Amino acid sequence: MLQIVFDALTLGSLYALGALGIALIFGVMRLVNFAHGDVIAFCVFALLWPSVDAVAIVFAGNLPWYLLIPFVVLVGAGLSVLCEIVVFRRFRDASPATMMIASFALGFVIRYFLLMLFTSRPKSISLLPALSQPVEIFGARLPLLQLITIVTTLLVLAGLTIFLRRTRFGLEMRAAAENFAMARMLGVRANRVIMLAFALSGALAGAIALIFGSQTGTADIQMGAAIMLMAFIATVIGGLGSLGGAVLAGFLLGAASVVMQVVLPVDARPFRDAFVYGAVILVLLFRPQGLLVARGTKERV
Amino acid sequence: MSLLDVSDIVIRYGRLTAVRGVSFSLNEGDILFITGPNGAGKSSLLRAIAGVTPIVGGSISLDGKSLAGLAPEDIARLGLSMVPEGRHVFGSLSVEENLLVGTGMHVGKNGWRARVASDLEAVYDTFPILRERRNGQAGLLSGGQQQMLVIGRALMTNPRLIAIDEPSLGLAPNITDQVYERLMALRAQRGLTLLIVEQSSTRAVMTGGRMVLMRGGQIVLEGDAREVGTGDQIQAAYFGYEDH
Repeated sequence: MLQIVFDALTLGSLYALGALGIALIFGVMRLVNFAHGDVIAFCVFALLWPSVDAVAIVFAGNLPWYLLIPFVVLVGAGLSVLCEIVVFRRFRDASPATMMIASFALGFVIRYFLLMLFTSRPKSISLLPALSQPVEIFGARLPLLQLITIVTTLLVLAGLTIFLRRTRFGLEMRAAAENFAMARMLGVRANRVIMLAFALSGALAGAIALIFGSQTGTADIQMGAAIMLMAFIATVIGGLGSLGGAVLAGFLLGAASVVMQVVLPVDARPFRDAFVYGAVILVLLFRPQGLLVARGTKERV
Repeated sequence: MSLLDVSDIVIRYGRLTAVRGVSFSLNEGDILFITGPNGAGKSSLLRAIAGVTPIVGGSISLDGKSLAGLAPEDIARLGLSMVPEGRHVFGSLSVEENLLVGTGMHVGKNGWRARVASDLEAVYDTFPILRERRNGQAGLLSGGQQQMLVIGRALMTNPRLIAIDEPSLGLAPNITDQVYERLMALRAQRGLTLLIVEQSSTRAVMTGGRMVLMRGGQIVLEGDAREVGTGDQIQAAYFGYEDH
Protein backbone atom coordinates (compact mmCIF):
# COMPACT_ATOMS: atom_id res chain seq x y z
CA MET A 1 0.00 0.00 0.00
CA LEU A 2 2.69 2.43 1.05
CA GLN A 3 4.55 1.40 -2.06
CA ILE A 4 1.61 2.57 -4.17
CA VAL A 5 1.51 5.91 -2.40
CA PHE A 6 5.19 6.49 -3.05
CA ASP A 7 4.90 5.38 -6.67
CA ALA A 8 2.01 7.78 -7.13
CA LEU A 9 3.91 10.63 -5.52
CA THR A 10 7.00 9.96 -7.63
CA LEU A 11 5.14 9.92 -10.92
CA GLY A 12 3.01 12.83 -9.77
CA SER A 13 6.16 14.81 -8.97
CA LEU A 14 7.37 14.50 -12.54
CA TYR A 15 4.03 15.56 -13.96
CA ALA A 16 3.71 18.39 -11.46
CA LEU A 17 7.17 19.78 -12.28
CA GLY A 18 6.42 19.49 -15.99
CA ALA A 19 3.02 21.12 -15.64
CA LEU A 20 4.55 23.96 -13.65
CA GLY A 21 7.06 24.62 -16.42
CA ILE A 22 4.23 24.94 -18.92
CA ALA A 23 1.93 26.93 -16.65
CA LEU A 24 4.65 29.51 -15.84
CA ILE A 25 5.10 30.40 -19.50
CA PHE A 26 1.41 30.18 -20.29
CA GLY A 27 0.75 32.58 -17.43
CA VAL A 28 2.82 35.43 -18.80
CA MET A 29 2.56 34.79 -22.55
CA ARG A 30 -0.58 32.71 -23.20
CA LEU A 31 1.80 30.36 -24.98
CA VAL A 32 1.42 26.60 -24.64
CA ASN A 33 5.04 25.66 -25.10
CA PHE A 34 5.15 22.26 -26.74
CA ALA A 35 8.91 22.52 -27.09
CA HIS A 36 9.17 22.05 -23.33
CA GLY A 37 9.41 18.26 -23.63
CA ASP A 38 12.26 18.55 -26.08
CA VAL A 39 14.09 20.91 -23.75
CA ILE A 40 13.86 18.12 -21.16
CA ALA A 41 15.32 15.60 -23.62
CA PHE A 42 18.05 18.08 -24.57
CA CYS A 43 19.06 18.39 -20.91
CA VAL A 44 19.60 14.63 -20.68
CA PHE A 45 21.64 14.52 -23.87
CA ALA A 46 23.70 17.48 -22.74
CA LEU A 47 25.37 15.00 -20.40
CA LEU A 48 26.65 12.86 -23.27
CA TRP A 49 29.09 13.09 -26.13
CA PRO A 50 27.55 12.74 -29.57
CA SER A 51 27.77 9.12 -30.74
CA VAL A 52 25.74 6.47 -32.50
CA ASP A 53 26.50 3.69 -29.99
CA ALA A 54 23.90 2.06 -27.83
CA VAL A 55 25.96 2.72 -24.75
CA ALA A 56 26.34 6.39 -24.09
CA ILE A 57 29.73 8.03 -23.97
CA VAL A 58 29.42 10.15 -20.91
CA PHE A 59 30.59 13.74 -20.92
CA ALA A 60 29.22 15.70 -18.01
CA GLY A 61 27.28 12.78 -16.55
CA ASN A 62 30.21 11.72 -14.39
CA LEU A 63 30.44 15.00 -12.56
CA PRO A 64 29.85 14.83 -8.84
CA TRP A 65 26.26 15.62 -7.95
CA TYR A 66 26.94 19.11 -6.65
CA LEU A 67 28.26 20.08 -10.09
CA LEU A 68 25.96 17.86 -12.11
CA ILE A 69 22.73 19.35 -10.78
CA PRO A 70 23.61 23.02 -11.40
CA PHE A 71 25.01 22.06 -14.82
CA VAL A 72 21.79 20.42 -16.01
CA VAL A 73 19.58 23.10 -14.50
CA LEU A 74 21.64 25.81 -16.18
CA VAL A 75 21.55 24.00 -19.52
CA GLY A 76 17.76 23.85 -19.27
CA ALA A 77 17.41 27.49 -18.28
CA GLY A 78 19.89 28.59 -20.95
CA LEU A 79 18.23 26.68 -23.77
CA SER A 80 14.81 27.87 -22.69
CA VAL A 81 15.88 31.52 -22.63
CA LEU A 82 17.55 31.04 -26.01
CA CYS A 83 14.24 29.74 -27.40
CA GLU A 84 12.56 32.87 -26.09
CA ILE A 85 15.07 35.27 -27.59
CA VAL A 86 15.49 33.54 -30.94
CA VAL A 87 11.94 32.36 -31.57
CA PHE A 88 9.13 33.33 -29.22
CA ARG A 89 10.03 37.00 -28.98
CA ARG A 90 9.08 37.38 -32.66
CA PHE A 91 5.66 35.88 -31.97
CA ARG A 92 4.78 37.94 -28.94
CA ASP A 93 1.89 39.75 -30.59
CA ALA A 94 0.75 36.67 -32.50
CA SER A 95 -2.36 34.68 -31.62
CA PRO A 96 -2.04 31.82 -29.11
CA ALA A 97 -2.60 29.31 -31.92
CA THR A 98 0.27 30.75 -33.95
CA MET A 99 2.56 30.67 -30.93
CA MET A 100 1.60 27.08 -30.19
CA ILE A 101 2.43 25.99 -33.72
CA ALA A 102 5.73 27.84 -33.51
CA SER A 103 6.48 25.91 -30.33
CA PHE A 104 5.72 22.61 -32.10
CA ALA A 105 8.11 23.57 -34.85
CA LEU A 106 10.78 24.59 -32.38
CA GLY A 107 10.35 21.30 -30.53
CA PHE A 108 10.97 19.40 -33.75
CA VAL A 109 14.05 21.46 -34.47
CA ILE A 110 15.50 20.57 -31.06
CA ARG A 111 14.51 16.90 -31.42
CA TYR A 112 16.04 16.55 -34.88
CA PHE A 113 19.16 18.32 -33.73
CA LEU A 114 19.52 15.58 -31.11
CA LEU A 115 18.66 12.95 -33.71
CA MET A 116 21.44 14.22 -35.91
CA LEU A 117 24.03 13.97 -33.15
CA PHE A 118 22.86 10.87 -31.31
CA THR A 119 20.60 8.93 -33.73
CA SER A 120 17.16 7.82 -32.63
CA ARG A 121 18.43 4.73 -30.81
CA PRO A 122 17.83 4.98 -27.05
CA LYS A 123 21.05 4.82 -25.03
CA SER A 124 21.54 3.40 -21.62
CA ILE A 125 23.00 5.82 -19.15
CA SER A 126 23.71 5.59 -15.49
CA LEU A 127 23.09 8.85 -13.70
CA LEU A 128 23.81 9.11 -10.01
CA PRO A 129 23.91 5.29 -9.54
CA ALA A 130 24.07 5.63 -5.76
CA LEU A 131 20.43 6.63 -5.82
CA SER A 132 19.09 3.28 -6.98
CA GLN A 133 19.96 1.66 -3.66
CA PRO A 134 16.88 0.76 -1.69
CA VAL A 135 16.01 2.30 1.62
CA GLU A 136 13.43 1.15 4.09
CA ILE A 137 10.72 3.53 5.28
CA PHE A 138 7.74 2.55 7.38
CA GLY A 139 8.30 -1.03 6.34
CA ALA A 140 8.30 -0.30 2.61
CA ARG A 141 11.44 -0.81 0.57
CA LEU A 142 11.90 1.80 -2.06
CA PRO A 143 14.76 3.15 -4.11
CA LEU A 144 16.43 6.15 -2.55
CA LEU A 145 15.76 7.91 -5.85
CA GLN A 146 12.01 7.85 -5.27
CA LEU A 147 12.41 9.49 -1.91
CA ILE A 148 14.76 12.11 -3.33
CA THR A 149 12.41 12.80 -6.21
CA ILE A 150 9.55 13.52 -3.87
CA VAL A 151 11.62 15.61 -1.48
CA THR A 152 13.20 17.56 -4.34
CA THR A 153 9.82 18.30 -5.84
CA LEU A 154 8.47 19.54 -2.55
CA LEU A 155 11.55 21.71 -2.07
CA VAL A 156 11.24 23.14 -5.57
CA LEU A 157 7.57 23.90 -5.00
CA ALA A 158 8.29 25.56 -1.67
CA GLY A 159 11.15 27.55 -3.17
CA LEU A 160 9.05 28.70 -6.08
CA THR A 161 6.21 29.70 -3.79
CA ILE A 162 8.52 31.80 -1.65
CA PHE A 163 10.03 33.32 -4.77
CA LEU A 164 6.63 34.26 -6.16
CA ARG A 165 5.19 35.50 -2.87
CA ARG A 166 8.12 37.27 -1.28
CA THR A 167 10.32 38.80 -3.95
CA ARG A 168 9.89 41.74 -6.28
CA PHE A 169 10.48 39.48 -9.31
CA GLY A 170 7.75 37.22 -8.04
CA LEU A 171 5.37 40.13 -7.52
CA GLU A 172 6.00 41.35 -11.05
CA MET A 173 5.51 37.86 -12.46
CA ARG A 174 2.21 37.36 -10.66
CA ALA A 175 0.97 40.77 -11.78
CA ALA A 176 2.08 40.12 -15.36
CA ALA A 177 0.46 36.68 -15.37
CA GLU A 178 -2.82 38.21 -14.40
CA ASN A 179 -2.83 41.25 -16.66
CA PHE A 180 0.27 41.73 -18.73
CA ALA A 181 -0.77 44.96 -20.44
CA MET A 182 -1.62 46.62 -17.13
CA ALA A 183 1.63 45.48 -15.54
CA ARG A 184 3.56 47.09 -18.37
CA MET A 185 1.70 50.36 -17.90
CA LEU A 186 3.01 50.28 -14.33
CA GLY A 187 6.58 50.04 -15.57
CA VAL A 188 7.04 46.27 -15.33
CA ARG A 189 9.55 45.34 -18.04
CA ALA A 190 7.99 42.78 -20.36
CA ASN A 191 11.24 41.25 -21.58
CA ARG A 192 12.58 40.73 -18.11
CA VAL A 193 9.46 38.99 -16.83
CA ILE A 194 9.15 36.75 -19.87
CA MET A 195 12.82 35.78 -19.85
CA LEU A 196 12.56 34.98 -16.17
CA ALA A 197 9.53 32.77 -16.80
CA PHE A 198 11.45 30.92 -19.51
CA ALA A 199 14.51 30.57 -17.30
CA LEU A 200 12.46 29.11 -14.44
CA SER A 201 10.60 26.82 -16.80
CA GLY A 202 13.89 25.63 -18.32
CA ALA A 203 15.41 25.06 -14.89
CA LEU A 204 12.41 22.88 -14.05
CA ALA A 205 12.99 21.00 -17.31
CA GLY A 206 16.55 20.36 -16.14
CA ALA A 207 15.30 19.00 -12.84
CA ILE A 208 12.88 16.68 -14.64
CA ALA A 209 15.66 15.53 -16.95
CA LEU A 210 17.82 14.53 -13.98
CA ILE A 211 15.02 12.69 -12.22
CA PHE A 212 13.61 10.99 -15.29
CA GLY A 213 17.05 10.13 -16.63
CA SER A 214 18.09 8.49 -13.35
CA GLN A 215 14.78 6.65 -13.08
CA THR A 216 14.70 5.16 -16.54
CA GLY A 217 18.42 4.79 -17.08
CA THR A 218 17.98 5.63 -20.74
CA ALA A 219 18.44 8.64 -22.92
CA ASP A 220 15.87 8.72 -25.66
CA ILE A 221 15.10 11.67 -27.91
CA GLN A 222 11.40 10.90 -27.48
CA MET A 223 11.59 10.91 -23.70
CA GLY A 224 10.39 14.47 -23.23
CA ALA A 225 7.31 14.06 -25.38
CA ALA A 226 5.63 11.56 -23.04
CA ILE A 227 6.04 13.78 -19.99
CA MET A 228 5.12 16.85 -21.98
CA LEU A 229 1.76 15.37 -22.98
CA MET A 230 0.83 14.46 -19.41
CA ALA A 231 2.14 17.77 -18.11
CA PHE A 232 0.11 19.67 -20.65
CA ILE A 233 -3.01 17.73 -19.68
CA ALA A 234 -2.27 18.53 -16.05
CA THR A 235 -2.13 22.25 -16.80
CA VAL A 236 -5.47 22.05 -18.60
CA ILE A 237 -7.15 20.06 -15.83
CA GLY A 238 -5.63 22.32 -13.22
CA GLY A 239 -7.03 25.40 -14.94
CA LEU A 240 -4.73 26.96 -17.54
CA GLY A 241 -2.61 29.64 -15.96
CA SER A 242 -3.10 28.50 -12.39
CA LEU A 243 0.21 27.33 -10.95
CA GLY A 244 -1.36 25.67 -7.92
CA GLY A 245 -3.87 23.92 -10.14
CA ALA A 246 -1.11 22.63 -12.41
CA VAL A 247 0.74 21.10 -9.48
CA LEU A 248 -2.40 19.61 -7.98
CA ALA A 249 -3.50 18.11 -11.28
CA GLY A 250 0.02 16.77 -11.90
CA PHE A 251 -0.09 14.83 -8.67
CA LEU A 252 -3.65 13.66 -9.37
CA LEU A 253 -2.66 12.37 -12.79
CA GLY A 254 0.31 10.55 -11.31
CA ALA A 255 -1.92 9.00 -8.69
CA ALA A 256 -4.55 8.04 -11.26
CA SER A 257 -1.97 6.30 -13.44
CA VAL A 258 -0.45 4.36 -10.56
CA VAL A 259 -3.77 3.42 -8.98
CA MET A 260 -5.19 2.22 -12.28
CA GLN A 261 -2.09 0.12 -12.86
CA VAL A 262 -2.89 -1.67 -9.60
CA VAL A 263 -6.66 -1.74 -9.65
CA LEU A 264 -7.38 -2.61 -13.25
CA PRO A 265 -7.71 -6.31 -14.14
CA VAL A 266 -4.53 -7.74 -15.63
CA ASP A 267 -6.00 -7.93 -19.10
CA ALA A 268 -6.96 -4.27 -19.06
CA ARG A 269 -3.61 -2.95 -17.82
CA PRO A 270 -2.11 -2.41 -21.26
CA PHE A 271 -4.96 0.02 -21.80
CA ARG A 272 -4.23 1.94 -18.62
CA ASP A 273 -3.59 5.20 -20.45
CA ALA A 274 -6.97 4.95 -22.14
CA PHE A 275 -8.57 4.82 -18.71
CA VAL A 276 -6.49 7.76 -17.47
CA TYR A 277 -7.48 9.86 -20.47
CA GLY A 278 -11.08 8.76 -19.99
CA ALA A 279 -10.91 10.15 -16.47
CA VAL A 280 -9.45 13.36 -17.90
CA ILE A 281 -12.43 13.71 -20.24
CA LEU A 282 -14.80 13.18 -17.32
CA VAL A 283 -13.09 15.84 -15.24
CA LEU A 284 -13.25 18.32 -18.08
CA LEU A 285 -16.91 17.55 -18.74
CA PHE A 286 -17.77 18.49 -15.20
CA ARG A 287 -15.25 21.29 -14.71
CA PRO A 288 -14.37 22.68 -18.13
CA GLN A 289 -12.67 25.66 -16.51
CA GLY A 290 -10.24 23.37 -14.66
CA LEU A 291 -9.97 22.40 -11.03
CA LEU A 292 -8.70 25.76 -9.83
CA VAL A 293 -9.91 28.71 -11.85
CA ALA A 294 -7.04 30.97 -12.80
CA ARG A 295 -7.37 34.31 -11.04
CA GLY A 296 -10.87 35.43 -11.71
CA THR A 297 -10.78 39.10 -12.48
CA LYS A 298 -14.51 39.39 -12.33
CA GLU A 299 -15.59 42.96 -12.69
CA ARG A 300 -17.32 44.38 -9.67
CA VAL A 301 -19.38 47.50 -9.49
CA MET B 1 8.02 74.07 -22.92
CA SER B 2 4.93 72.04 -22.24
CA LEU B 3 4.95 68.74 -20.39
CA LEU B 4 2.94 66.76 -22.93
CA ASP B 5 2.73 67.61 -26.60
CA VAL B 6 0.33 65.72 -28.82
CA SER B 7 0.61 66.83 -32.41
CA ASP B 8 -1.65 65.82 -35.27
CA ILE B 9 -1.87 62.15 -34.37
CA VAL B 10 -3.70 59.58 -36.45
CA ILE B 11 -4.75 56.13 -35.20
CA ARG B 12 -6.09 53.37 -37.42
CA TYR B 13 -7.46 49.93 -36.70
CA GLY B 14 -7.23 48.21 -40.06
CA ARG B 15 -9.29 50.31 -42.45
CA LEU B 16 -11.09 52.14 -39.67
CA THR B 17 -9.63 55.48 -38.68
CA ALA B 18 -10.30 56.06 -34.99
CA VAL B 19 -8.41 59.33 -34.51
CA ARG B 20 -7.73 61.76 -37.35
CA GLY B 21 -5.32 64.54 -36.61
CA VAL B 22 -5.71 65.47 -32.95
CA SER B 23 -3.38 67.98 -31.29
CA PHE B 24 -3.19 69.47 -27.83
CA SER B 25 -0.59 70.27 -25.19
CA LEU B 26 -0.48 70.22 -21.43
CA ASN B 27 1.65 72.26 -19.05
CA GLU B 28 2.81 71.10 -15.65
CA GLY B 29 -0.14 71.22 -13.23
CA ASP B 30 -2.74 71.55 -16.00
CA ILE B 31 -5.98 69.68 -16.04
CA LEU B 32 -7.52 68.68 -19.34
CA PHE B 33 -10.78 66.83 -19.89
CA ILE B 34 -11.34 64.90 -23.09
CA THR B 35 -15.07 64.41 -23.53
CA GLY B 36 -17.28 63.14 -26.28
CA PRO B 37 -19.73 60.40 -27.22
CA ASN B 38 -18.98 56.71 -27.58
CA GLY B 39 -16.63 55.90 -30.42
CA ALA B 40 -15.23 59.42 -30.60
CA GLY B 41 -11.69 58.07 -30.25
CA LYS B 42 -11.05 59.28 -26.69
CA SER B 43 -9.78 55.97 -25.33
CA SER B 44 -7.71 55.31 -28.44
CA LEU B 45 -6.05 58.66 -27.95
CA LEU B 46 -5.21 57.91 -24.34
CA ARG B 47 -3.90 54.45 -25.17
CA ALA B 48 -1.72 55.88 -27.89
CA ILE B 49 -0.21 58.33 -25.42
CA ALA B 50 0.52 55.43 -23.03
CA GLY B 51 2.25 53.54 -25.85
CA VAL B 52 -0.29 50.74 -25.96
CA THR B 53 -1.83 51.58 -29.33
CA PRO B 54 0.48 52.51 -32.22
CA ILE B 55 -0.04 55.76 -34.11
CA VAL B 56 0.27 55.96 -37.88
CA GLY B 57 0.83 59.69 -38.05
CA GLY B 58 1.78 62.66 -35.91
CA SER B 59 3.94 62.74 -32.81
CA ILE B 60 3.71 62.60 -29.03
CA SER B 61 6.39 63.98 -26.76
CA LEU B 62 6.86 64.22 -23.04
CA ASP B 63 9.12 67.03 -21.81
CA GLY B 64 10.28 67.50 -25.37
CA LYS B 65 11.34 63.86 -25.67
CA SER B 66 9.57 61.93 -28.42
CA LEU B 67 7.70 58.84 -27.23
CA ALA B 68 7.82 57.23 -30.68
CA GLY B 69 8.76 53.56 -30.52
CA LEU B 70 8.81 53.43 -26.73
CA ALA B 71 7.19 50.47 -24.97
CA PRO B 72 4.44 51.15 -22.40
CA GLU B 73 6.83 50.33 -19.55
CA ASP B 74 9.37 52.87 -20.81
CA ILE B 75 6.72 55.58 -21.00
CA ALA B 76 5.53 54.73 -17.48
CA ARG B 77 9.12 55.06 -16.31
CA LEU B 78 9.31 58.56 -17.81
CA GLY B 79 6.56 59.64 -15.43
CA LEU B 80 3.36 59.17 -17.41
CA SER B 81 1.00 56.94 -15.51
CA MET B 82 -2.02 55.52 -17.28
CA VAL B 83 -5.23 54.32 -15.63
CA PRO B 84 -7.07 52.51 -18.41
CA GLU B 85 -10.81 52.09 -18.63
CA GLY B 86 -12.31 49.22 -16.67
CA ARG B 87 -10.37 49.12 -13.38
CA HIS B 88 -7.69 46.56 -14.06
CA VAL B 89 -6.84 45.52 -10.54
CA PHE B 90 -4.73 42.40 -10.10
CA GLY B 91 -7.54 40.48 -8.45
CA SER B 92 -5.50 37.67 -6.95
CA LEU B 93 -2.94 40.03 -5.40
CA SER B 94 -3.50 41.79 -2.12
CA VAL B 95 -4.33 45.48 -2.07
CA GLU B 96 -0.84 46.39 -0.91
CA GLU B 97 0.79 44.15 -3.52
CA ASN B 98 -1.25 45.93 -6.17
CA LEU B 99 0.13 49.22 -4.97
CA LEU B 100 3.68 47.90 -5.00
CA VAL B 101 3.65 46.58 -8.58
CA GLY B 102 4.27 50.08 -9.91
CA THR B 103 7.23 50.81 -7.69
CA GLY B 104 9.68 48.57 -9.55
CA MET B 105 11.00 51.59 -11.41
CA HIS B 106 12.29 53.12 -8.17
CA VAL B 107 14.17 50.02 -7.03
CA GLY B 108 17.86 50.64 -6.57
CA LYS B 109 17.63 54.42 -6.57
CA ASN B 110 18.96 56.31 -3.59
CA GLY B 111 16.75 55.74 -0.56
CA TRP B 112 14.03 54.04 -2.56
CA ARG B 113 12.80 51.88 0.29
CA ALA B 114 11.98 54.86 2.47
CA ARG B 115 10.40 56.60 -0.47
CA VAL B 116 8.17 53.67 -1.37
CA ALA B 117 7.13 53.38 2.26
CA SER B 118 6.23 57.07 2.47
CA ASP B 119 4.40 56.95 -0.88
CA LEU B 120 2.43 54.01 0.43
CA GLU B 121 1.49 55.98 3.53
CA ALA B 122 0.45 58.91 1.37
CA VAL B 123 -1.86 56.70 -0.71
CA TYR B 124 -3.32 55.18 2.45
CA ASP B 125 -3.90 58.66 3.85
CA THR B 126 -5.66 59.66 0.65
CA PHE B 127 -7.78 56.50 0.51
CA PRO B 128 -8.14 55.26 4.10
CA ILE B 129 -10.31 52.32 3.02
CA LEU B 130 -7.28 50.86 1.23
CA ARG B 131 -5.29 50.86 4.46
CA GLU B 132 -8.09 48.95 6.15
CA ARG B 133 -8.13 46.36 3.39
CA ARG B 134 -4.38 46.34 2.69
CA ASN B 135 -3.94 42.60 3.19
CA GLY B 136 -7.23 41.62 1.58
CA GLN B 137 -7.50 40.27 -1.94
CA ALA B 138 -7.96 43.15 -4.37
CA GLY B 139 -10.53 41.24 -6.41
CA LEU B 140 -12.90 41.30 -3.47
CA LEU B 141 -13.04 45.10 -3.22
CA SER B 142 -16.17 46.91 -4.33
CA GLY B 143 -16.16 48.81 -7.60
CA GLY B 144 -15.51 52.16 -5.95
CA GLN B 145 -12.71 50.76 -3.83
CA GLN B 146 -11.14 49.20 -6.91
CA GLN B 147 -11.27 52.56 -8.65
CA MET B 148 -9.44 54.12 -5.67
CA LEU B 149 -6.94 51.26 -5.80
CA VAL B 150 -6.08 51.76 -9.46
CA ILE B 151 -5.66 55.50 -8.95
CA GLY B 152 -3.56 54.91 -5.83
CA ARG B 153 -1.52 52.35 -7.75
CA ALA B 154 -0.88 54.83 -10.54
CA LEU B 155 0.23 57.41 -7.96
CA MET B 156 2.74 54.93 -6.51
CA THR B 157 4.79 55.28 -9.68
CA ASN B 158 5.29 58.91 -8.65
CA PRO B 159 4.05 60.25 -11.96
CA ARG B 160 4.27 63.77 -13.28
CA LEU B 161 1.23 63.18 -15.44
CA ILE B 162 -1.63 60.85 -14.77
CA ALA B 163 -4.03 59.87 -17.55
CA ILE B 164 -7.34 58.41 -16.42
CA ASP B 165 -9.96 56.85 -18.65
CA GLU B 166 -13.50 57.34 -17.30
CA PRO B 167 -12.88 57.47 -13.56
CA SER B 168 -16.62 57.78 -12.96
CA LEU B 169 -17.68 54.75 -15.02
CA GLY B 170 -19.85 52.43 -12.96
CA LEU B 171 -19.41 54.45 -9.79
CA ALA B 172 -22.11 55.96 -7.61
CA PRO B 173 -22.06 59.77 -7.95
CA ASN B 174 -20.98 60.36 -4.35
CA ILE B 175 -18.04 57.97 -4.80
CA THR B 176 -17.12 59.80 -7.99
CA ASP B 177 -17.17 63.03 -6.02
CA GLN B 178 -14.72 61.53 -3.55
CA VAL B 179 -12.39 60.31 -6.28
CA TYR B 180 -12.35 63.76 -7.91
CA GLU B 181 -11.84 65.49 -4.62
CA ARG B 182 -8.73 63.37 -4.02
CA LEU B 183 -7.39 64.00 -7.51
CA MET B 184 -7.80 67.76 -7.14
CA ALA B 185 -6.08 67.66 -3.76
CA LEU B 186 -3.13 65.80 -5.27
CA ARG B 187 -2.94 68.32 -8.08
CA ALA B 188 -2.82 71.15 -5.58
CA GLN B 189 -0.29 69.40 -3.32
CA ARG B 190 2.28 68.21 -5.81
CA GLY B 191 1.50 69.86 -9.11
CA LEU B 192 0.26 66.65 -10.65
CA THR B 193 -0.87 67.09 -14.24
CA LEU B 194 -4.21 65.47 -15.08
CA LEU B 195 -5.55 64.16 -18.36
CA ILE B 196 -9.04 62.80 -17.86
CA VAL B 197 -11.39 61.13 -20.29
CA GLU B 198 -15.09 61.37 -19.49
CA GLN B 199 -18.09 60.75 -21.68
CA SER B 200 -20.10 63.67 -20.43
CA SER B 201 -18.91 67.21 -19.88
CA THR B 202 -20.74 67.49 -16.54
CA ARG B 203 -17.66 66.59 -14.51
CA ALA B 204 -15.48 68.96 -16.45
CA VAL B 205 -17.89 71.80 -15.77
CA MET B 206 -18.06 70.90 -12.08
CA THR B 207 -14.31 70.58 -11.70
CA GLY B 208 -13.10 73.33 -13.99
CA GLY B 209 -10.03 73.27 -16.18
CA ARG B 210 -9.62 72.94 -19.89
CA MET B 211 -11.84 70.74 -21.99
CA VAL B 212 -11.83 69.33 -25.49
CA LEU B 213 -14.79 67.62 -27.08
CA MET B 214 -14.09 64.83 -29.55
CA ARG B 215 -16.42 63.43 -32.13
CA GLY B 216 -15.64 61.12 -35.06
CA GLY B 217 -11.96 61.08 -34.18
CA GLN B 218 -11.51 64.84 -34.21
CA ILE B 219 -11.61 67.70 -31.76
CA VAL B 220 -14.77 69.64 -32.50
CA LEU B 221 -14.78 72.05 -29.59
CA GLU B 222 -12.23 73.24 -27.06
CA GLY B 223 -11.82 75.84 -24.39
CA ASP B 224 -12.39 76.53 -20.71
CA ALA B 225 -14.75 73.84 -19.40
CA ARG B 226 -17.01 76.31 -17.62
CA GLU B 227 -17.35 78.45 -20.74
CA VAL B 228 -17.80 75.86 -23.47
CA GLY B 229 -19.20 73.04 -21.36
CA THR B 230 -22.66 74.52 -20.98
CA GLY B 231 -25.29 75.71 -23.37
CA ASP B 232 -26.30 75.00 -26.92
CA GLN B 233 -22.82 75.09 -28.35
CA ILE B 234 -21.76 71.88 -26.65
CA GLN B 235 -25.01 70.10 -27.45
CA ALA B 236 -24.60 70.90 -31.09
CA ALA B 237 -21.00 69.70 -31.01
CA TYR B 238 -21.78 66.56 -29.02
CA PHE B 239 -24.61 65.39 -31.21
CA GLY B 240 -23.26 66.87 -34.41
CA TYR B 241 -26.29 69.03 -35.28
CA GLU B 242 -24.20 71.14 -37.59
CA ASP B 243 -24.08 68.19 -40.00
CA HIS B 244 -27.82 68.43 -40.63
